[in-house]
Amino acid sequence: MLDASEGFTTEDGRRIGGVVMEMKNITLRFGGVVAIQNISFDIREGEIRAIIGPNGAGKSSMLNVISGFYVPQEGEVWFEGRQRPKVKPYEVARQGIARTFQNIALFEGMSVLDNVMTGRLTHMKTGILSQSFWLGRAEAEETANREVAERIIDFLEIQHIRKTPVSRLPYGLKKRVELARALAAEPRLLLLDEPMAGMNVEEKEDMSRFILDVNDEFGTTIALIEHDMGVVMDLSDRVVVMDYGRKIGDGTPDEVRNNQDVIDAYLGVAHD
Amino acid sequence: MPDQVLFAMEVTLNGLMAGVLYALVALGFVLIFKASGIFNFAQGVMALFAAMTLVGIMEGQVPFSHLINATFGTDIHHFGWQVPALLAIVLTTGVMVVLAWCVQRFVMGHLVNQEPIILFMATIGLAYFLEGVSDLMWGSEIRTLDVGLPQGINETIDAFTYDLFGYGFFIDNLDIVASVIAALLVAGLVVFAQYTKQGRAMRAVADDHQAALSVGISLNFIWVLVWSIAGFVALVAGIMWGTKSGVQFSLSLIALKALPVLMLGGFTSIPGAIVGGLIIGVGEKLFEFLLGGLMGGATENWFAYVLALLFLLVRPQGLFGEKIIERV
Ligand SMILES: Nc1ncnc2c1ncn2[C@@H]1O[C@H](COP(=O)(O)OP(=O)(O)OP(=O)(O)O)[C@@H](O)[C@H]1O
Ligand SMILES: [Mg+2]
Repeated sequence: MLDASEGFTTEDGRRIGGVVMEMKNITLRFGGVVAIQNISFDIREGEIRAIIGPNGAGKSSMLNVISGFYVPQEGEVWFEGRQRPKVKPYEVARQGIARTFQNIALFEGMSVLDNVMTGRLTHMKTGILSQSFWLGRAEAEETANREVAERIIDFLEIQHIRKTPVSRLPYGLKKRVELARALAAEPRLLLLDEPMAGMNVEEKEDMSRFILDVNDEFGTTIALIEHDMGVVMDLSDRVVVMDYGRKIGDGTPDEVRNNQDVIDAYLGVAHD
Repeated sequence: MPDQVLFAMEVTLNGLMAGVLYALVALGFVLIFKASGIFNFAQGVMALFAAMTLVGIMEGQVPFSHLINATFGTDIHHFGWQVPALLAIVLTTGVMVVLAWCVQRFVMGHLVNQEPIILFMATIGLAYFLEGVSDLMWGSEIRTLDVGLPQGINETIDAFTYDLFGYGFFIDNLDIVASVIAALLVAGLVVFAQYTKQGRAMRAVADDHQAALSVGISLNFIWVLVWSIAGFVALVAGIMWGTKSGVQFSLSLIALKALPVLMLGGFTSIPGAIVGGLIIGVGEKLFEFLLGGLMGGATENWFAYVLALLFLLVRPQGLFGEKIIERV
């Protein structure tokens, strides 16, 4: 068992706590394809953990295992000190793990505010009857959750589009709305699958700033996948490197940068 | 005012009221279709089953009595009590919720991610199965249903329009009550979908399954919920139709009336179902009134379909449906 009190302090003075999520010997296959091969790693409280690797390395698959969308054939998932039994994705969400998707999955027909409000669903407890008849508790609950949603909308600077249907937004803003929805859940662990993919430099800078601010202000633990090396090195406390379903590196950005296997994978050295 | 105009007004009013009921039936389809992509062929049979169950409960009939008697050699048919209409409606709603749960648990739950055509065929199977269950539970005779809704000409409107125009409109009380209830139900559903937590979850599931899961929505729960609501809508439609023309097999054919409404309004649009229902209700009554004579009468049997067909040529996605754009 890992001691929850252990941890370390980063160069910039942020406190990284004990292990919140631990993946043990995860293997995931799709028919003949081995997307993840016997990988173990952990995520510590309060850190920004990056998962990097070339296309098809299995990064998204790993995030999908954490969020319950994929069920690995082998291995164990430990969350907050307990081994997680086989769970459905919605149950994972209810345990406090929120996520975004590589190919944006928003509710296109709804407004930005409504999208963010769906992020609050896990915090809304009133049953269907009191909701239907709009009894006092339901109304109070709606108001309280609405306030949280509005705060997050302010935080991510998307007030000007709160009533806009998501389908009308440009790509960069959609990514931001998706982050807002995930944040609205006030997650204990936030999973971001390529939050900056397809963005221009300015949008990337904004997004990096938001991710850092979220981590800083709310102390949210974040695991993210990103291709842009500069961004990864700037943002993350520790990095897992994957290639062809295997883990080829794990450590601080500096350690990873100087790892020969990682350099080979990124320079496209032939696998033997 | 010329007589023709007055007649046309009366016909339009009657058409509007028929239209509200069409809208109600169509709404049952739209709810399920939006949330799960299933075109529920069984919607009409659900209305029949609901109405049969309501009659059975009200009259204190023993369900499956034929089966029980045949198996055990008994001769029981009735419990010997009568259940008040309101209580019976609540109980029937409960039965429809159980039905919704069973449909999800034993049929649709196993077909997640299948092609729409497979889901559609499953609902055809469900329709026949449910029809059989209905026969087995409550028998297949025509039943009269009276939950205490007023019937017959509305004297007030008759007198009022007579004073005003010198011609009294014939509007049936049942039609008035039915359209008020249907309108309330439709409005209630829209408010529920728009402003409650479960309604928001319902819209979320209708929009994107993956995203819905990621915010902690159980698809299964939402599907049971929409089938339950569709079941309740079927019950209301069944009560209206059943009161008017008796509870019998033909009740399940009201689903066929919903089809042109859906083509007109779009399969995914709640406002579409409402407007589509009204257009078809008014359209078919007015058409019959204006041109029925020329066309040899009984145009109400086909008018809706022809209108929907013409409409399909111009706007295949329906009035409010989402535009279908092929990605290339
Ligand atoms: N649902 C699936 N069904 C079948 N194969 C899959 C599925 N999801 C992923 N794979 C396969 O698993 C492997 C890893 O895919 P994954 O999407 O995890 O890679 P990735 O590292 O996220 O790549 P990218 O950088 O392109 O997003 C690939 O070979 C992919 O084809
Ligand atoms: Mg990926």
